[in-house]
Amino acid sequence: MLNFAIRRLLLAIPTLLFISLVIFLLLEASPGDPLGNVPLTIPPEVKEKMREALGLGQAWYIRYALWLKQFFWVEPVYWWDQVFGTDFSQDAQRIISFQSRSPVFDVIAQRLPQTLTVVGMSYLVGILIAIPIGILSAYKQYSWFDQLGTFVSMIGFSMPTFFTGVVLIIIFGVKLQWFPSVYDTTLQVRDWDSLVAQIRQMVMPVTVLALYNAAQISRFMRASMLDNLGQDYVRTARAKGLGERKVVLKHVLRNSLIPVITVIALGLPTVFGGAIITEQVFKVNGLGQLLISAIHANDIPMVLTLTFIFAILIVAFTLIADILYGILDPRIRYD
Amino acid sequence: MTDSDMPRRSDADRISDIPATMPIEPEMIGETRSQWRDVWRQFRSHRGAVIALILFVGILLFVSVGPYLWTIDPTYVDIRARNSGFVAAHPLGTDQLGRDILARLMAGGRVSIAVGLTAMTIAITLGSFVGLMSGYFRRLDAPLMRLTELFLALPLLPLLLLMVTLFREPLSKTFGPAMGIFILIVSAIGATSWMQSARIVRGDVLGLKEREFILAARSIGTSSRRMILRHVLPNVLSPIMVAATLGIATAIITESALSFLGLGFPPDFPTWGRLLFDAVDQMVLYPSRVILPGLFISLTVLCVNYIGDGLRDAMDPRIRGR
Repeated sequence: MLNFAIRRLLLAIPTLLFISLVIFLLLEASPGDPLGNVPLTIPPEVKEKMREALGLGQAWYIRYALWLKQFFWVEPVYWWDQVFGTDFSQDAQRIISFQSRSPVFDVIAQRLPQTLTVVGMSYLVGILIAIPIGILSAYKQYSWFDQLGTFVSMIGFSMPTFFTGVVLIIIFGVKLQWFPSVYDTTLQVRDWDSLVAQIRQMVMPVTVLALYNAAQISRFMRASMLDNLGQDYVRTARAKGLGERKVVLKHVLRNSLIPVITVIALGLPTVFGGAIITEQVFKVNGLGQLLISAIHANDIPMVLTLTFIFAILIVAFTLIADILYGILDPRIRYD
Repeated sequence: MTDSDMPRRSDADRISDIPATMPIEPEMIGETRSQWRDVWRQFRSHRGAVIALILFVGILLFVSVGPYLWTIDPTYVDIRARNSGFVAAHPLGTDQLGRDILARLMAGGRVSIAVGLTAMTIAITLGSFVGLMSGYFRRLDAPLMRLTELFLALPLLPLLLLMVTLFREPLSKTFGPAMGIFILIVSAIGATSWMQSARIVRGDVLGLKEREFILAARSIGTSSRRMILRHVLPNVLSPIMVAATLGIATAIITESALSFLGLGFPPDFPTWGRLLFDAVDQMVLYPSRVILPGLFISLTVLCVNYIGDGLRDAMDPRIRGR
């Protein structure tokens, strides 16, 4: 098991390096010019100097190596310095955003809490809805509840999040005026009133994402429960006189959760990707919104770093899912 | 109907592979039940899938035949009739420039469905090719599967956004604004969604390679090319078809998401996603303009998903005939 984990970790390094190279070269091939918005009155030699100041003067492989060094060495050192108050970094050059002129990681750190509260909450709510629905529709297969659950989850993943979001805004934001349609990130939770305001503005984005996630996870839960309900050990448990509640909620549920947990782990990074759209609908200024504005502004360091962070998340959670599967299910052997 | 003959042809091959001295059983020749008729019979018993198929054909007719019946040009600007409600001249109203919404929905649907079908075709062709190659040739297996895993680790939506923004201008210059974006979006979606089908096909091919008829075909010296095209491919056709159906749904959703983020087709070239995006600014005053294209997207995707579900059940020989 440990061997497997180490081998996978080592394999992840070239994968990630390759992905970063692909993203870097894609950005390199782009015709967009970060100095495109500079006034035409600026003389060409000054423009050349500005280009050099942005670090665009060198060949691409030097810039790529520099970026790798900044990402994997300089930035962690800065982080270490901040946490422990040391001074190892000695003002080394950090990754600077073209757009805001501040270090990329500082901007990301500002945006991360919004994304985490909204997206994390929605994933949690989605799981909490999906698991009971999955259990019940598998236990009563082909009942009206199961049919309804199938239909609703089909609708759930057929409706794109930008459509459900807009419909919710029209109904609850405009017609009924229950919830604000724009997410206010300057709001700070200090007292009871601001907490209520925070919850009210989170309701709609969380509902949209939670519905979408619940639709998928409940399908997996149902399929996994159905697989296990037909097993021999269930008959044995019933035969020895265990109560129905104990058989289903203890024996079957525990075994059925194994594949579902890996699905949940695999889905976590895609939630960050899917959240790009939901953040855009509700004007949450989280990571997704940051990425889109950076793409529009040709902010190469920001786009590169953000996309690479998404890639790291995907690789990391795939690894976690594989390892979790091995830990939870002793029948799985990685050799 | 060449598709529906393929599995039977491979059956006939198998029969002719048997040496002439062996007695051929009469039922083997007198078999008239084709696999596809069985699939169709099973498919019809899935009520949701049949309703979905009828609705999907309806949507296809709406976008393909509709413009011949409702002849208003979707880009015709009639500024005096702008923001009209549901009236006889414009059954679904007009937008802020007086363009007819019904005509725009038809035109938009054409593009959306065309994008879905083309992107799916690219993804499935690429996926089946990679899957067949890595399943059939052992030497190619490891490198091709590493490649697939690499693609699976890519953050797809950010990369799609990136590709579309970066290469919009040069392609628009070479192929014209509409065609350039079409090529760009279709190939970007196709290139980022082939991995699932490659994995499914590879798994099936690996299982198939151990079967006797493959051994028989190999022992009479069938070439690899013929082997793949006549014996392997027809037998993995059903998972490919299910993946293809579901692929249409994802492609349509991805295209409309790109359009919704303002990175899709240009405004005078409507798609359902673009219509929704354009209407978001006026959703307080004219909610129907947002809801109609959204409903069309959701309905199409829902139908395609149901058809895929029904197809999966119908193609599974363990469920069929129950």
